[in-house]
Amino acid sequence: MSAEPGGPPAGRGARLAHWLDLRLGWRQVMATALDEPIPGGSRWAYVFGSGLLFIFVNQIVTGVFLTLYYVPSADHAHTTVSFIQKQVTMGSFLRSLHAYGSSVMVLLLMLHLAQTYVYGAYKGRRELLWLMGCFLLLLVLGMAFTGYLLPWDQKAYFATAVGTNIASEVPLAGGFLKLLLRGGSEMGTLTLSRFFTLHVFLLPAAIFAAVAAHLFLFRKAGAAGPPRPADELRRLRVETFFPSQVFKDFVFGIGLILILGALAWRRPVSLGPVANPADATYLPRPEWYYLPVFQFIKYFQGAAAVLGIVVIPAVVVLALFALPFLDRSPERRPLRRPVAIGSLLLVFAALVLLGVQSEVQDRRDPAVRAKLVAQEEAERVYAAAPFMPEENLGPGSGAAASQPSALSPAAAKGALLFESEGCSTCHGPQGHGGGGLFALASLGRRFSAEQLTALVRAPRPDMQQGGMQPVQLQGEDMNALVAFLLAAQRDTASP
Amino acid sequence: MGLLIEPPAPATRRSFFGILVGAISAVVGAMMAVPLVRFALHPVLHPGGAADWFALGSPEEFAGAAEPVRAEVSFRRVDGWRATTVKQTVWVTRGAKGGLVVLSGTCPHLGCVAIWHGDRGRFICPCHNGNFDRHGERLSGPPPRGLDPLPVKLEGGKLWVKYQYYRPLVRDREVIG
Repeated sequence: MSAEPGGPPAGRGARLAHWLDLRLGWRQVMATALDEPIPGGSRWAYVFGSGLLFIFVNQIVTGVFLTLYYVPSADHAHTTVSFIQKQVTMGSFLRSLHAYGSSVMVLLLMLHLAQTYVYGAYKGRRELLWLMGCFLLLLVLGMAFTGYLLPWDQKAYFATAVGTNIASEVPLAGGFLKLLLRGGSEMGTLTLSRFFTLHVFLLPAAIFAAVAAHLFLFRKAGAAGPPRPADELRRLRVETFFPSQVFKDFVFGIGLILILGALAWRRPVSLGPVANPADATYLPRPEWYYLPVFQFIKYFQGAAAVLGIVVIPAVVVLALFALPFLDRSPERRPLRRPVAIGSLLLVFAALVLLGVQSEVQDRRDPAVRAKLVAQEEAERVYAAAPFMPEENLGPGSGAAASQPSALSPAAAKGALLFESEGCSTCHGPQGHGGGGLFALASLGRRFSAEQLTALVRAPRPDMQQGGMQPVQLQGEDMNALVAFLLAAQRDTASP
Repeated sequence: MGLLIEPPAPATRRSFFGILVGAISAVVGAMMAVPLVRFALHPVLHPGGAADWFALGSPEEFAGAAEPVRAEVSFRRVDGWRATTVKQTVWVTRGAKGGLVVLSGTCPHLGCVAIWHGDRGRFICPCHNGNFDRHGERLSGPPPRGLDPLPVKLEGGKLWVKYQYYRPLVRDREVIG
């Protein structure tokens, strides 16, 4: 498929390009990727999809780097995030890029969705493309929800406690769903592991696959172009994706990254004190994009709760998925689609109103307001405090002197020999192993005194491979050592 | 059919945009790479703080001993986001010139702890049979050098030692932490 019919081209770079093209066919790939025709030419309105890809790459890169220091366990997660935030060079910056990036991602999704909706770009054999987009919306919201818990501070813990409680409102399967999400009836370290696995492996894998499908379906259907009648659209000039649209997408993407970078640099995200499940007074508030739903739920009390939490949101999501099947008219001009555009404005107004209402209610109630202010203050104090590493006792500390008193005189002497002969160097104090050492497990059950004596005098080849040296002790000393080994590591059986 | 396809932009304009996009990507990529690299290199550029001095006891105690005396030093070591109490074996013995020296028990071969064998008058590493004399000098076996002497000081009537890690498997001593 190479363009040059007359043999290899001149020039070293051109020859290399030609050599690679013969093997990769990259010129055709590039042509397919870049020469996509856009009816009506490039527009700034089309940049949101590419913008989402830019931010998604930002999330992947910063996310992968954050796992260099993060540990997903209830007793370490908060310390490690604090370490990233307060100690690691650029840690606060990268974590802020990741956290703000998630907000920007949700925002761009809304814009991408709104643009597609207003332009009627879901019409004309684009049902699968739209469905895949809706699926991606759910996946990204899932990423935001699962990622929020990972710092394991107060707001993360309590917001997720509420979020997972919502699952239990689902009829029939609710109780099971909540158990499945939490890995138990209460929030705990298993919840964190599950959310981590979802956030880092399962959801990203699903997003990769869905983005590939979304792009494939987009290219198959072709760019929709501006919202004009079909015959008018056909007469419009056609521009290729490259260079004009690529350039607009790039300017937008780079602009987003720069704004995100400036925000992360000037106003890094905060980290609150470690989650305290015993604190029954904590008032959780979700991220801004969940606020309208949070407020909406308040209006449904008692038996009606299931309506607000499950039924109505499910109907809205289903209606969103089903849109291209419900709206079969080929008309794409916004002004000629009063129902469609009217409902979009209505939903948007309702979301804004709910969000504002939630904020207003919090400000009006003096008790709530005071509590929220106090929580923010606690967060500021924690964020300003210096990093404190987690204190751990070293392997074997304190263990050495704990047992010999229970041993026979011979075994007690053996215990000293175990130390002085250097056995504990490889096998740990008392032969308990730990910290990459070779534990001597339940020798008393596996060997007699004679067998063990023979074994330490002439270790098996696999033991010698591990560094075991023949023990040179004689007579009573050897008996003492063996007595100690059998006694200290007897497991249940008595020698 | 009134289909109007605009011919692709002239090659010069296309390659100009191509170069522009490539250049912007390179600049932004480099800007992103700097914080990422610094983030990843943090533990390399900020190794944990050195161990504190540890009081072994009064020097007279050791001066009177006929043989090398084994002692355990414990110190707090910050390991990333956690702090651990590390215990290490040291030997208090006499140097070749007769003064007190404190040797790291860690064998400079592969890091096992060398043990004093009074009956044979030498330190022997139980892992690969490295032998050292009572001053810590290498006698035989695979270790590339003798046992490593640790920094010591006398203060307030006590012998203090500062535990250090040395690079194993090399002839010349090099402190690595």
